[in-house]
Amino acid sequence: MQSTQTQISENNQLSQSIEKEVVFELEGITKIYQMGEVQVHALRGVDLKLYEGELSVLLGPSGSGKSTLLNILGGLDTPTKGSVIYHKVLDDKDEIIDLSAASEHQLTEYRRFNVGFVFQFYNLIPSLTARENVAVVTEIAKAPMTPEQALELVGLGERFDHFPAQLSGGEQQRVAIARAIAKNPDVLLCDEPTGALDSKTGIKVLEALQRVNQELGTTTAVITHNAGIAQMANRVISLSDGQITDIHTNKTLISPKDLSW
Amino acid sequence: MNAIDIKLWRELWNMRMQAMAIAMVIIGGVAIFITFFSTYHSLYETRENYYQDNHFADVFASLKRAPISLVKRIEDIPGVDKVETRVVTYVNLDIAGYDDPVSGHIISEPDKKKSLLNQIYLEDGQPLEPNRDNQIIISQEFADAHQLKPGDKLKANINGRNKSLTIAGTGLSPEYIYQIAPGAMFPDYKSYGVMWMARTPLASAYDMTGAFNDISLTVTKGTNLQDVIDELDNLLAPYGGIGAYSRKDQLSNRYLSQELKQLKNMATLFPIIFLGVAAFLLNVVISRLIALEREQIATLKAFGYSNIAVGMHYSKLVLMIVTIGVILGIALGIWMGKGLSGLYMNIFSLPYMHYLLKPEVIASATLVSFGVALMGTLYAVNNAIRLSPAQGMRPEQPMTYRPTLIEKLGIQTHFSQSSRMILRHLERHPVKSFLTTIGISLACGIMMVSGFQKGAINKMLDVQYNMSQHEDLMALYTEPTSTRSLYSVKNIQGVELAEGFRNISANLTFEHRSYRTSVKGVEPNQVLTKLLDSELKPIKVPEQGVIITDYLSQQLHIKVGDTLTIKVLEGNRPILQVPVVGTAKEYLGLNVYMQRHTLNRLLKEGDVISGTYLKVDEKYQKQVYKDLTNMPKVVGVVEQKSAIKSFYQTMNDTILLFSFVSTLLGGSIAFGVVYNSMRIALSERNRELASLRVLGLRRSEIAYILLGEQAIITLFAIPIGFLIGNGFCAYLAMKFDSDLYRIPFVLENNVYATAALVVIVSSLLSALMIWRNLAHLDMVAVLKAKE
Repeated sequence: MQSTQTQISENNQLSQSIEKEVVFELEGITKIYQMGEVQVHALRGVDLKLYEGELSVLLGPSGSGKSTLLNILGGLDTPTKGSVIYHKVLDDKDEIIDLSAASEHQLTEYRRFNVGFVFQFYNLIPSLTARENVAVVTEIAKAPMTPEQALELVGLGERFDHFPAQLSGGEQQRVAIARAIAKNPDVLLCDEPTGALDSKTGIKVLEALQRVNQELGTTTAVITHNAGIAQMANRVISLSDGQITDIHTNKTLISPKDLSW
Repeated sequence: MNAIDIKLWRELWNMRMQAMAIAMVIIGGVAIFITFFSTYHSLYETRENYYQDNHFADVFASLKRAPISLVKRIEDIPGVDKVETRVVTYVNLDIAGYDDPVSGHIISEPDKKKSLLNQIYLEDGQPLEPNRDNQIIISQEFADAHQLKPGDKLKANINGRNKSLTIAGTGLSPEYIYQIAPGAMFPDYKSYGVMWMARTPLASAYDMTGAFNDISLTVTKGTNLQDVIDELDNLLAPYGGIGAYSRKDQLSNRYLSQELKQLKNMATLFPIIFLGVAAFLLNVVISRLIALEREQIATLKAFGYSNIAVGMHYSKLVLMIVTIGVILGIALGIWMGKGLSGLYMNIFSLPYMHYLLKPEVIASATLVSFGVALMGTLYAVNNAIRLSPAQGMRPEQPMTYRPTLIEKLGIQTHFSQSSRMILRHLERHPVKSFLTTIGISLACGIMMVSGFQKGAINKMLDVQYNMSQHEDLMALYTEPTSTRSLYSVKNIQGVELAEGFRNISANLTFEHRSYRTSVKGVEPNQVLTKLLDSELKPIKVPEQGVIITDYLSQQLHIKVGDTLTIKVLEGNRPILQVPVVGTAKEYLGLNVYMQRHTLNRLLKEGDVISGTYLKVDEKYQKQVYKDLTNMPKVVGVVEQKSAIKSFYQTMNDTILLFSFVSTLLGGSIAFGVVYNSMRIALSERNRELASLRVLGLRRSEIAYILLGEQAIITLFAIPIGFLIGNGFCAYLAMKFDSDLYRIPFVLENNVYATAALVVIVSSLLSALMIWRNLAHLDMVAVLKAKE
């Protein structure tokens, strides 16, 4: 146990030396859920840093705590113990938000202006068209792209006025990605984005994600239990039993279409 | 308990707020049903018992004076059972410590025996001692109004002589359940009372020894009442009889019958509305529950539960909610029924009130509630029954949406995405949106009914006493008197204006319909009482022909230009044929008006009047009243304003109670509908809203989507509610119409405002509760769970 911890902090140091700005700084994150009379330890003392512009994959089996970690990063949940510092990337000054001590209102504002979310089951608004689903977000953002631009970016140029029920699963997920990136978020968080898709469609979705990450430089974290996907990430953070077991940096990134699924 | 039943209880507990909101609507419906029907039966049975116990007569007649010997011939009329003659006089009273005018009727009691008919129900004190000329029994209401008790004294002007009378006892009579002074329209127990005195001294004071001026009788079963009345009229005609009438036309009984009719109307209309709304709510809630439990239903069926068992399962949930509603509704209904019956016991002078809740009333309330609820949820439960296990395991197809009509018009650019969601959702569920709107509209309509009643009574009194009748006092003469008497009346200090009128009892006939009322001869240019047309503008009585109350023309089916037959019931009883030249708007009573000179001429009498309307300087009113009552020809003086005042007091209590109850009920419907539809919307759109929260929308922004939809429905519902309320009130006004009074159909702005306010407040209240729920949207769950 002790050795793993040491190794992780060495890895962190290593990454830092690339001289990228830290976006998330997690220290001693513990999350305990009270399920009736049983206490579930979802996270047991996680330390982690995520860097500007990197695409990281959180890998782990179900129950490993990866979702809990993503929820905490996304400001949907707060840790029981430990601190989560979010460094907002600004040109001149460094704005810091302590997510572990933020109020409900602060967390909403944090999500509103900084985070883009992609859900496993897309969670599109069925009563809005593709364009309008994106507009839901751009209407409240500070410096968004247009819904059309966002949809073009994920390769859905012709399907602006389709309702979700008229789109395939892959198309729906790409609308969801467009919706997430349209506000030009600093952070893009994806929860099993290909979990409900077949491999062919999944690749299209991953390509869209990678393109966003490379072209816009959005710090991206993807949850998956599919180890194959990990090869397209800068860093792979493996979780098991509420703890980080390994952080692996890919020297070369594999394009989604070459991933072994 | 079966596992599946335990599931039922837990589900009921989880949806307790919604279940309570629905149960409240059922409680309202059942309670109203029970309240009005039990009060109806209680009042009806009490009246029947009271009439029977105290030998209420079947036929009544008054006359000028007839010898006792005539009784033998009356008893010989076929079908006549018991006959009782009486001496009845109208007197002015003087009660120590009470300055305002008081009058009353004194009715003779047989000297040595109990009266045969219309027996007094003695509440307190002793029966009259025979032949005592200074003892009376007074009506309980009158005693209460003046705090008089046995042993107290009051003064009466008996045939011109002031006499001190001792109260022997207080009591009630089936003849005066509704006790009003002649010429008055409302009871005023302070200014009018009924009293009984031993016959011998009363008769001798009025020169009625060996004679009578009032008769009542009963008939044997199966007798044709009209034959008896006709025979009696023939016998009494030479003695100044003014027409016999049956129990049906007896004033007190008529008011009571009218009240019973109203109770029955109320008992049916409102419960139907409440139960209809409850059925709709149950349908919505159970449909949602079944949609949420698709997988559970499929699982249960996969395990071998039959379709029937699954159907029964959800039906049981409906039955549990209805059972709560019915039980509490019956309890509330009994409580309110007892309260309302008690109120009636006071409004009407009844000696007792046997609260009667018939088992069939409970049975029908229960059956109807369960029936309506099960019918309302039939469709939803059937969906559960028909769901195949394999189909249930798969998630439901996503809803297909289209741009709305409004958007097709090309103005969608003005709408935010949230507004588009609201519009599309409304349009995607047209039936639900429509029924929710109607549910709220009904609440609004119900609210209007209570406001309407108060406004209508105000309007009725305003028209009658501010626009039509302007007199302060009305003096009635013992017999037709020369118009010269007006001079002496005008000479009384304080009298500003005096206008005479002629008044005769008559039977009106047109084709095969007839109605008994009085014909009034009025001055063509009179100031104190004015006739009004349908627009409430004053009209003049022309020299020829009669003007009749509009409702009377409807009752007789007579039009302007037709000839009305007037059978005069006084004097030489001529039969007159007069053309109807117009109708007058009147809310109280049914009357016929013609010029006094014309009436005098048709009756072949001189220039005579039956009474005088007076306008009096308020400072002198009491003195004028005293002076008038001391005039030998004046039999009584009526002061309308005090009657209105006391009527208002009685009505205010009743209306206040009624308004409170209907606000509660209207509010419970509004709350039930709004809260449930919001809860369902929240449940259906939980995932959508939580996703939006994850995407960074604020609580207020998602609240806008959910509550905005409800706000639109509510705003639509209010004007529709106004229309429905108009319909209810018009219906009730129509149903309440009778020859005694008509309820004007007027709805003042404040009625609309109050109804809208209750709906809005109920909506805000549910919105507030939903707002709190929105704080607990589970954002983490929507990331994972698939609906």
